[in-house]
Amino acid sequence: MANIISDETIEYVGILAKLELSEEEKEQAKKDMGSMLDYIDQLNELDTMGVEPMSHIFPVNNVFREDVVTNGDDRDEILANAPAKKDGAFKVPKTVE
Amino acid sequence: MNSMDLTAVGLGRKIKAKEISVEQAVKDALEQIRQSEEVYNCYVTVDEEGALAQAKKVQGLIGDGTLTGPLAGVPVAIKDNMCTRGLRTTCSSKILDNFIPTYTAQAVENLEAAGAVILGKTNMDEFAMGSTTETSAYGPTKNPRNPQHVPGGSSGGSCAAVAAKECSYALGSDTGGSIRQPSSFCGVTGIKPTYGTVSRYGLIAYGSSLDQIGPVAKDVTDCATILEVISSYDKKDSTSVERKDCKFTEALVDDVKGMRIGIPKDYFGEGLDREVKEAVLAAAKVLEAKGAVVEEFDLSLVDYAIPAYYTIASAEASSNLSRFDGVKYGYRAKEYEGLHSMYKKSRSEGFGPEVKRRIMLGSFVLSSGYYDAYYLKALRTKALIKKAFDKAFEKYDVILGPAAPTTAPKLGESLSDPLKMYLGDIYTISVNLAGLPGMTVPCGTDSKGLPIGLQLIGDCFREHNIIRAGYAYECSREAK
Amino acid sequence: MAKQYETVIGLEVHVELATKTKIFCGCSTEFGGAPNTHTCPVCTGMPGSLPVLNKQVVEYAMAVGLATNCGINQYCKFDRKNYFYPDNPQNYQISQLYLPICHDGFVEIETAAGRKQVGIHEIHMEEDAGKLIHDEWEDCSLVDYNRSGVPLIEIVSEPDMRSAEEVIAYLDKLRLIIQYLGASDCKLQEGSMRADVNLSVREVGAPEFGTRTEMKNLNSFKAIARAIEGERERQIELIEEGKAVIQETRRWDDNKEYSYAMRSKEDAQDYRYFPDPDLVPVVISDEWLEEIRQKQPELRTEKLERYKKEFEIPEYDAGIITGTKKMADIFEETTAICGKPKKVSNWLMGETLRLLSEANKTPEDIKFSPKNLAKLINLVESGTINNSVAKDVFEKVFAEDIAPDKYVEEKGLKTVNDEGALRAKIQEIVAANPQSVEDYHNGKEKAIGFLVGQTMKAMQGKANPGMVNKILKEIL
Ligand SMILES: [Mg+2]
Ligand SMILES: [Zn+2]
Repeated sequence: MANIISDETIEYVGILAKLELSEEEKEQAKKDMGSMLDYIDQLNELDTMGVEPMSHIFPVNNVFREDVVTNGDDRDEILANAPAKKDGAFKVPKTVE
Repeated sequence: MNSMDLTAVGLGRKIKAKEISVEQAVKDALEQIRQSEEVYNCYVTVDEEGALAQAKKVQGLIGDGTLTGPLAGVPVAIKDNMCTRGLRTTCSSKILDNFIPTYTAQAVENLEAAGAVILGKTNMDEFAMGSTTETSAYGPTKNPRNPQHVPGGSSGGSCAAVAAKECSYALGSDTGGSIRQPSSFCGVTGIKPTYGTVSRYGLIAYGSSLDQIGPVAKDVTDCATILEVISSYDKKDSTSVERKDCKFTEALVDDVKGMRIGIPKDYFGEGLDREVKEAVLAAAKVLEAKGAVVEEFDLSLVDYAIPAYYTIASAEASSNLSRFDGVKYGYRAKEYEGLHSMYKKSRSEGFGPEVKRRIMLGSFVLSSGYYDAYYLKALRTKALIKKAFDKAFEKYDVILGPAAPTTAPKLGESLSDPLKMYLGDIYTISVNLAGLPGMTVPCGTDSKGLPIGLQLIGDCFREHNIIRAGYAYECSREAK
Repeated sequence: MAKQYETVIGLEVHVELATKTKIFCGCSTEFGGAPNTHTCPVCTGMPGSLPVLNKQVVEYAMAVGLATNCGINQYCKFDRKNYFYPDNPQNYQISQLYLPICHDGFVEIETAAGRKQVGIHEIHMEEDAGKLIHDEWEDCSLVDYNRSGVPLIEIVSEPDMRSAEEVIAYLDKLRLIIQYLGASDCKLQEGSMRADVNLSVREVGAPEFGTRTEMKNLNSFKAIARAIEGERERQIELIEEGKAVIQETRRWDDNKEYSYAMRSKEDAQDYRYFPDPDLVPVVISDEWLEEIRQKQPELRTEKLERYKKEFEIPEYDAGIITGTKKMADIFEETTAICGKPKKVSNWLMGETLRLLSEANKTPEDIKFSPKNLAKLINLVESGTINNSVAKDVFEKVFAEDIAPDKYVEEKGLKTVNDEGALRAKIQEIVAANPQSVEDYHNGKEKAIGFLVGQTMKAMQGKANPGMVNKILKEIL
């Protein structure tokens, strides 16, 4: 396997992705990611010099909204699925130390 | 006679002629669900009460002449990644177990406006990530043709529900083959339209630049009819394309004289099951016999479609799925210490292994130092693939090949080796990368009796060509 | 000898645009409102929702770019900046990294050290985050997404500033330009203009920049000045002690006058930017750009020059009047009605500024209408009321925007121009003040002033002062 994924990398990606893996999952993730990256490395066989990266398939541009208020107060609906709420707001663990 | 034996258009006609009531059609579907759901598990949620209430309403609107379309009163199943107001929408994930949307996806709204009656939400691979519908948090769906086998995925629930007659037709979504591959495995017909044809508003995103909603049904006529109804230019979706050529039913013509059909040699090489190969080539012969000009050509670039796809789709998914964090909706872990622990625990407990795998991969390929080497490289590859198809469509009206290299594998066989599962998407994935329309039409069975699917691929905005080819093939198949 | 240090400062200025709706949805941007009452599926990151760009945001960003001498990227895109925080509902912010709308501009500032140009690296469009309120009772935080999705432009300067004075001058210049454009009200206190300060120090003459830190949480000019001084000292101290300055984000605590590192293992600061697949590129045609260019209002410098030439207003006065958009607007509108620019300028420079400073307010707080100031000026010019009455009336105009003509009528404040009545009153006063009359005849010119004052008092201030003087001299 060309791509060796270190413990640090898995730890770091876990921080980025906000995922907490068990030791077992980490070992599996190291293996899976390594083999996927090996596989993706096939793309290096392809000469892409001078090729523009293509995000959108079609050259659709300038899709705009006019600056007109269209939404009213839907607070109850917006909060309907909240796991925790208080005083019309979403409740989360405290964010300041 | 059971109304679920009819095609959607056939049932619509009988409802219009007052030969079958909407309520009867819904009851037939619900009865079938009662009988076979325990084995097949096509649905995550069945909305019996809602469907029966809606049936009454729709019957009234048909009666007073408000609803006159071909799908009025016909019961439909919706893949569980499309938001439905007031009806639980889970993406087959634990993280959305209790999520009840406050709005309805545009494609579903279009169906409702045409008089569709929603039976429920179909099972899928969690967040559409998978090719077998085994990654669902609500258990795997079984293939109605043989319950030992998977239905394919990710729209496995939709395709199985159609095959099991647990609905008249269904909506699926296709990011890398998620309509075409399970349609092939279940022996039903499905279309992934040109990117931008059906609004993505309300479709819970997996890979935004690749996702498209499309119909799953019993035949090409149904699919063309449904696609015509769900297609719309939607100002809420900036990637929606304003098309004037969405009269897809006009392409239901049994005539392929002079149609140029290209067969990519690369689709028939190593890894393709012999029986699948024979069935697909036989289908090509049928079209040739009807006057189409069939020839082989080179499309070697598609080998790079899978690595490019998994890079792009995972990257987009890692970002799209970051909103599931236990703050605004969905699952929140019971125990945690502080904010970041809440995030990590909720997500780790809420997502299944395949979703985590792709989020991790996607986060990695976008991370500092790897963006150019992986993500941009994949986008450049995508540009080359698109160019290769552009070139092919200068010569051909339709590209013909298999939808999948094999028939449906046995349950549990694929999950152990993710990479191998990914390779099963080899014939479908490049179509998403290039934004093309693609369709699966059943073209026989293998020696085990499992269905084989023929894939027809068209140039962007040329659904008419594949619908015409598919319809012509179907006419001959039926005649046989 | 102690080493000499130079402070190198660059600014990231976030400005809230004055649109009616958010950048990607039709929710109102109105300030205030109960938590989450200006929200929808898009700005709360509901699954399946999709953003659609507000055209006005692009036009404001273009206008600010043109006014700050930027090049406009006629092909620009939005990117996602990925990081987890509860005020950010999607856990990514839609912003611009790879192709921002404006690039490579500058503004000219003037300080005691002279004039200089501060370079603008880029201006990009992005969405604001929601608000977090700390709940003391339950030891949790509450999230309000009313601000989530409010359009911002972020103006990123080059590291061209060397002192707090230059920073303030730069911010003031930006504020004026943007206010003149009508693109934002730029209120630092209300957070519609916010600045993050990137600062490093180096020995004078050193060829390379030192390691910089980024300071956040600066919500007044004073806090910015203090933060710059505080951080400069902290960094010099580190260097003198032979320690390294760490590149990091720090939070300025204005009470303690010290910045604190915002380090956390959970904030990797790796934002994984990539083009947002839900939004399509913005392509700005030459015609569109020209249209915006044509619509650009006159900015401060041009206005100041024009006031001096066209209205013959002294440089100093023109500077103050054009110092805020509000003042300049009132000046021009009032002048357009009454046609007396110098008088208008006098009222603004004199009474208006006096009353504002007494009330501890800024020109943005002015409530009176140009129409009523013009009426007041016309009343004075036509001799209907005299200056001292006018000042009293103006206080009413300033406070309540009353109509001065009606007010003067109702309160009977018109100047008395009836010569006969005035002559009779003056004769009474002359008779009652023989001492003053004698003083006057003895050459004490001042004595006449006393008699004028007595007359005005008797007339309740409404006499025409010129006429009083004339009659008095005749009688004496
Ligand atoms: Mg920013
Ligand atoms: Zn909104």
